Amino acid sequence: MAKDGPAPLERFINGILPENPVYRQLLGMCPTLAVTGNMKAAMTMSGAVLFVLFCANIITSLIRGLLKPHLRILVFTLTIATFVTIADRLLQAFLYDMSKELGPYVPLIIVNCIIICRCEVCASKQGVLTAASDAVGQSIGFTLALASIASVREILGTGTWFGLTLIPADVPAKVWSTWSVMILPPGAFIALGLLLGAANRIGEIRQGRRAAV
Amino acid sequence: MDTITSLILIAVGAAVINNFVLHYFVGICPFIGVSRRVDMAFGMGCAVTFVISIAAFLSWTFTYFILRPGAPLTTLIVGRQVDLTILSYIIYIFVIASSVQFVEMYLRKFFPPLYKSFGVYLPLITTNCAILFACLEILKRVAVPTGAAAWGATGGAAIWGLGEAMALAIFGGVGFTLAIVIMAGIREELDHCDVPKSLRGAGITLLVAGILALAFMGFTGVDTGVKKLLVDREKPQSAEVKSTSPDKADNAGIRNPQSAIRLRQGYGGQVRNQVASP
Repeated sequence: MAKDGPAPLERFINGILPENPVYRQLLGMCPTLAVTGNMKAAMTMSGAVLFVLFCANIITSLIRGLLKPHLRILVFTLTIATFVTIADRLLQAFLYDMSKELGPYVPLIIVNCIIICRCEVCASKQGVLTAASDAVGQSIGFTLALASIASVREILGTGTWFGLTLIPADVPAKVWSTWSVMILPPGAFIALGLLLGAANRIGEIRQGRRAAV
Repeated sequence: MDTITSLILIAVGAAVINNFVLHYFVGICPFIGVSRRVDMAFGMGCAVTFVISIAAFLSWTFTYFILRPGAPLTTLIVGRQVDLTILSYIIYIFVIASSVQFVEMYLRKFFPPLYKSFGVYLPLITTNCAILFACLEILKRVAVPTGAAAWGATGGAAIWGLGEAMALAIFGGVGFTLAIVIMAGIREELDHCDVPKSLRGAGITLLVAGILALAFMGFTGVDTGVKKLLVDREKPQSAEVKSTSPDKADNAGIRNPQSAIRLRQGYGGQVRNQVASP
C-alpha cells in the first residue's frame, strides 16, 4: 500500500506540540481568546472541538473520493455545521449553564479555521485511521493551548483554578489583588500575545540547541 | 421616534461599544493577517461590511419567514406551528457562501483591480467568524429561544425587525473596518521599530490589540449618554425614568454600565462581579 503522506502516529504526535494549532499554525484564535476566561469553559470548548473535529474528519475521509474541487470547502463546512448542531444541542441538554456561558462560540466552531484546515489538509487526502489520529492529535494540542492561556487568565484574574480558590480571599490588598483585566478582552489579547512570544522563544532555543548539536 | 432611537443605540453599540473584533473576538484571522497596510485593511473592511450586510439581510429573511417557531411561510405550508431552528446553522452557511460568491462576482465585474489585489483572501471571508456571528445575533433576537440560540434568551424583548438587523450588520462591519484600519496604521509604524524576534508578526499584533481593546473599553457608558440625549430631546419630563430599562439595554445588546466593568453580560451568562465600581 503506497504511503501518501505522514503516518497516523506521526499525525497524532505532530498535532500536540510541533504543529500546535494555536501556537504554531495560528488558527482558531476566536475561541482561544473568547472562552479562556476560566478553565471550565476552556475545557468544555476543547471537548466540543474534539467531538466535531473527530466526526468531521472521519466523514470527510470517507467521502473524499466524491468531492468536487471547487465545492469542497462548502461540503466541509456543511459537514462541520451538522456536527456542531449536534454538539450545541447536546451541550444545551446536559451542560446548560456552560452552554449559556459559552454562548455563540459553540456555533462559531463551524467557521473555526482549525477544523476546516484539517479537513482540507489531511482528511480529504488520507484514510480514515490517519484522519482520526490527526483529529485527536490536533485536539490535544488545542486543549493544551487553551489550558495554558486559561490557567494564566483565571489564576491572575480571579485567583482560582477550575473553581478552586488558590489565593485565599483574605490576602491583604498590598500583597495581592486580582488583575481583573485578565478576564476582560484586553487581558485575553495580552495573555495570548505574551504566551505566543514565549512559545516562539522556546522553539528558537530548542532549534538553536539542535543546530549546535 | 422610538425605532430611530433603538436603531442608533444598536448601531453605536455594534460599531464601538461592543466592537466585533475587540470585544467579541470575531474576525481575528483577517485582523491579524491583513492588517499590514492601511489601504489593504480598508479594502478588506469594506468587503467584509458588504458581505455582512447581504448575509444579514438574507439570514433575517430566512429566520423570520421560515425558521423561527410560528414562522408565516412554514405555518402556511405545513399547516401548524413548527420550529425549524435546528436547521439554522446549515442555512446560514449556505447564505454566507452565496453572499461571498455574489460579492466576488460583483467585484470582478465592477472593480477588477481591487478583485485582483484581494487574491485568495476573498473566498476566505466565508470562514470569517464575524459574518456568522452577525447571523447568530440575529437568530438570537428573532427566533424565540428554543433549541438553537437558547443560550441567548433575551427575556421577552421585542423581536428584531429588518431595520435593527441591518443596523447591527452594517455598523458591526463599520466597527470591524475601524479596528482593522487602526491596527494597520499602528503596524505600519511598528515596521520601523525593534520588535523582539519571538514577538514579531502575530505576537506584537495581539499585544497592540490588547491595548486597543483597553482603549475601546472607555466607550462603555456611551450608550446611556446617547440614550439620554435622544430621550431627553423627545420627552424632557420622563428622561430620568428610562435610564437603564432592562429590555432596552438587552435589546440593543449593550452592557449595563452600572459597575465599572461588567463581564460578558450580553449572553445572559453568569456575571462575575469581581470588580468594584469606581
